Amino acid sequence: MEFKDMFKMLADGTWDTLYMVLISTLLGYVVGLPLGVLLTITDVDGISPNKVVYKILDVIINVTRSIPFLILLILIMPFTKLVVGKSYGTTATIVPLTIAAAPLIARMVESSLKEVDKGVIEAAFSMGASGFTIIRKVLVTEARTSLLVGVTIALGTILGYSAMAGVIGGGGLGDIAIRYGYYRYETGIMIVTVAVLVILMQILQWAGMLLSKKIDKRRGK
Amino acid sequence: MSKKEEIIRVDHITKRYDENAVLDDFSLSVHEGEVVVIVGPSGCGKSTILRIMNGLEPIQKGEVTYRGEKVDGKLGSITRIREKVGMVFQSYELFPHKTILQNVMLAPLLVQKRDRKEVKEEALQLLARVGLSEKKNAYPRQLSGGQKQRVAIVRALAMHPEVLLFDEVTAALDPEMVREVLDVLLSLAKEGKTMVIVTHEMSFAKAVADRVIFLDGGHLEEEGTASEFFDHPKTERAKQFLHTFTYDKVEREEER
Repeated sequence: MEFKDMFKMLADGTWDTLYMVLISTLLGYVVGLPLGVLLTITDVDGISPNKVVYKILDVIINVTRSIPFLILLILIMPFTKLVVGKSYGTTATIVPLTIAAAPLIARMVESSLKEVDKGVIEAAFSMGASGFTIIRKVLVTEARTSLLVGVTIALGTILGYSAMAGVIGGGGLGDIAIRYGYYRYETGIMIVTVAVLVILMQILQWAGMLLSKKIDKRRGK
Repeated sequence: MSKKEEIIRVDHITKRYDENAVLDDFSLSVHEGEVVVIVGPSGCGKSTILRIMNGLEPIQKGEVTYRGEKVDGKLGSITRIREKVGMVFQSYELFPHKTILQNVMLAPLLVQKRDRKEVKEEALQLLARVGLSEKKNAYPRQLSGGQKQRVAIVRALAMHPEVLLFDEVTAALDPEMVREVLDVLLSLAKEGKTMVIVTHEMSFAKAVADRVIFLDGGHLEEEGTASEFFDHPKTERAKQFLHTFTYDKVEREEER
């Protein structure tokens, strides 16, 4: 393969990967953030404890998280087809990626929100703040550093999952690595693809940490 | 004092954690303009009283009334009363990710939905009053303990509370910072603010209190004016307690 073609293929693959990862993580947060908030407030020491709600969410999340991603990919193919009209390609991969991301994100949001000092929450209550105000203005605001670290971890994990989707023709860099590197023994392309994945992961991690440090008002000068 | 209107009252309160009674049939009524100081050994239930007055603590028996209105467990009634009852905590509990000004303005804006401009003006005035104007854009971590506690007091004042609850507000402070915080409390008392103060600072208690409540083991042991309690304690238990704050001069053996 000519260099020009390979470059174009990798550029397209990178774009596809970013598209899948970003959209899935975003959708994952649309579902996972409220779930994480619900888990936090309904837990025993939360602001509105509710054993039944907590337990139900807890079990659903644990079950979803226990399914290996590769199995999930195949398991929900009919559902994927129902949603996007086909079960392969980048857009189709977003469905299983989102389903894998949401419970992971819910757990990370839960652990971030639980780091918020109970005393501060109590202080907000003592001023007459409603539960909703506390969630928005105290829980989420005060946990933002940790939440952003969570976003970084989520993006990294979804990036890894998206590469796995290559097995079923999911598109993106993982797809290229499997098709060329594994099925066609073109080790060179596989190495380059993996290198691009490594670079992507590094950039994500670096940017995420930089940003979370920047918004951390508890430390620094 | 009894001529003034009663603001908050707890009636025959019993509070248990598991099997241990923290408060046992305790009653207290606070009238407008009154400064009530609650003293007693650690773990006697002093702080719990304040927390119950502010609806932060569920109770097993008894009731809390605010200006004659019973505070029931319903959220609406509790949040309405909380707005009128300001509370300052031992460990300040400022919002770490918000500036000093944002800390002060949060509740008046979000809970009371007051006008931003007016709230800001008042917040700045209050900060100036406690000598912290230049810290308005700082974050809590940049302040000393005494400064944080003064901000916490301002944050409570900004809500225009009818009664202020102070829960051992100097217990976490270095000695030289205790003064700057207590001075703020003294000036509030002078203004005629209604306050309930839990403290271990006995000389301060004596100076500020209209009424002293001595609590031991969840019971009201003794109640009286500041001079009655500190100079002529009636009960043995109170004498014993006050004695722990005085030290006899050490007499060295060779000097005898």
